[in-house]
Amino acid sequence: MSQDASRPAAEALLMEVAELIVSALNLDLSPSEIEPDAPLFGEGLGLDSIDVLEIALVVSKRYGFQLRSDDDDNVRIFSSVRTLAEHIACQRTQ
Amino acid sequence: MSRLPLLGHAGLDEIFAYRPSGPLTVRAFLAAAWALADRLPAGQRFLNLCQDRFRFSVGLAAGLLAGRSSLQPASQSPETLNQIRQRWPDVFCLCDSAFDSLDLPRVDYPESLAVHPERVVAIPQVAAEHVAITAFTSGSTGLPVPHDKSWGSLVRNARAEADRLGLRHGPRHAVVGTVPAQHMYGFESTVLLAMHGNSPFWSGKPFYPQDIVCALEAVPRPRLLVTTPFHLATLLASGVEVPAVDRLLSATAPLSEQLAADAEARLAAPLQEIYGCTETGQLASRRLLADAAWLPLDGVRLEREGELIVASGGHIEGRVPLADAIELLPDGRFLLLGRHSDLVSVAGKRSSLAYLNHQIAALPGVVDAAFFQPDAVPGDRDITRLCAFAVAPGQSRQQLLARLRQRVDAAFLPRPLFIVDALPRNATGKLERAQLQAFYESNRSQRHAAS
Repeated sequence: MSQDASRPAAEALLMEVAELIVSALNLDLSPSEIEPDAPLFGEGLGLDSIDVLEIALVVSKRYGFQLRSDDDDNVRIFSSVRTLAEHIACQRTQ
Repeated sequence: MSRLPLLGHAGLDEIFAYRPSGPLTVRAFLAAAWALADRLPAGQRFLNLCQDRFRFSVGLAAGLLAGRSSLQPASQSPETLNQIRQRWPDVFCLCDSAFDSLDLPRVDYPESLAVHPERVVAIPQVAAEHVAITAFTSGSTGLPVPHDKSWGSLVRNARAEADRLGLRHGPRHAVVGTVPAQHMYGFESTVLLAMHGNSPFWSGKPFYPQDIVCALEAVPRPRLLVTTPFHLATLLASGVEVPAVDRLLSATAPLSEQLAADAEARLAAPLQEIYGCTETGQLASRRLLADAAWLPLDGVRLEREGELIVASGGHIEGRVPLADAIELLPDGRFLLLGRHSDLVSVAGKRSSLAYLNHQIAALPGVVDAAFFQPDAVPGDRDITRLCAFAVAPGQSRQQLLARLRQRVDAAFLPRPLFIVDALPRNATGKLERAQLQAFYESNRSQRHAAS
């Protein structure tokens, strides 16, 4: 799939992933308040490794693939809603 | 001066650990430790920040061979590193990742150590009184409290644990641990079990359920999975097909009966729990499906002393009061009734409200503040997060959270942080739990209504 063709799919996923994060983690903000490019850790949403496991669990259920930490890209995958959505778009089986 | 061996192995060619490249012998481990010992800077104390369990263990052993002490704080936040440097100005870091060690002196674990396995002729001895590690509790004054552990007490603890689990003289289990080597439980039940419990570990720290699957596949049976209720619940919930496991060990928080039953049924292995604390090391074990009572490790006694329950004997140095609410049974076993209310635990990490309140009250612009652990909501999974209230005119939530992040572990960051006009203090200035729960509920519904 070319870059251009995959872009709408990833864009559509952004809101879905933001919703998934908010509901999985019980965050008290609305999905639209999460900037797609803001960091999920540290200065941004301030998530931690417990949250990553929670998100990974929901991702595996919804999209039908397991995350692995020996993907060297692990840090990049969880760097923002956009990078996570892009990874899901590439890996999803459902 | 009495001495104890660095390792409990009978010979140099026994397996010490498994790495992705294959099994590693005691001889290879010792050669690496001697080589690293030669490279350590002059400082007496070091922060062993190695992520890889094998490298962490080589670091520990190199420190022991060179007469150094390993500092093992519960958090590695910039605030913690600064506090440690103030206390031990000659501290240095041992790292094997891009960890930000501020400007502390730093040794990076060498890509290739010039090792000489042929020169290793024996398992070295270490002075039993030598301070091998310093672990920390959060304390109540804002400064972590150090607890020195002698090499002798660590070895005795490891032997007691391995005896209890039937590992020391039983079949050699390969250990896969989901907990870091730096945390006391991970340290005791992976690093020390490999050194003195006849149980070589897998060098990695699997995180996602699929990682655990791969790590288990990489080591031979029988296998022991060392994990926590949170990791175990996530593994089961993921639905991944888990390879054969022969033993399960859990600690950091008591298991629920449901989770214990699910785990034993799904993984077809007995699940044991270990109870302990930083001050004492490991104290007792149980298998919840057989009995809810905890059986102290060999030699360990729990006794009532006035209001307190005190642990002594076995590997414990002195008499140590315990922070948990405990009911002693006539046969020496005991029931764990819960934590005294000041202690909080989030996904196995422990702190105290007094410590956290001190941290938030110390932020610039904060007039008054308090952390609060709301009542658990039925149906939630095991994690209940903390929230906090702050009176901080002119400060934004984002500013306060950014500063707080410098001081406390991410697991304890308030979720959410409420900016309020005043705290519901009573006539004597105290904050009562019932008032805080009501205050929490009303603030929460206001925020939901506003969004």
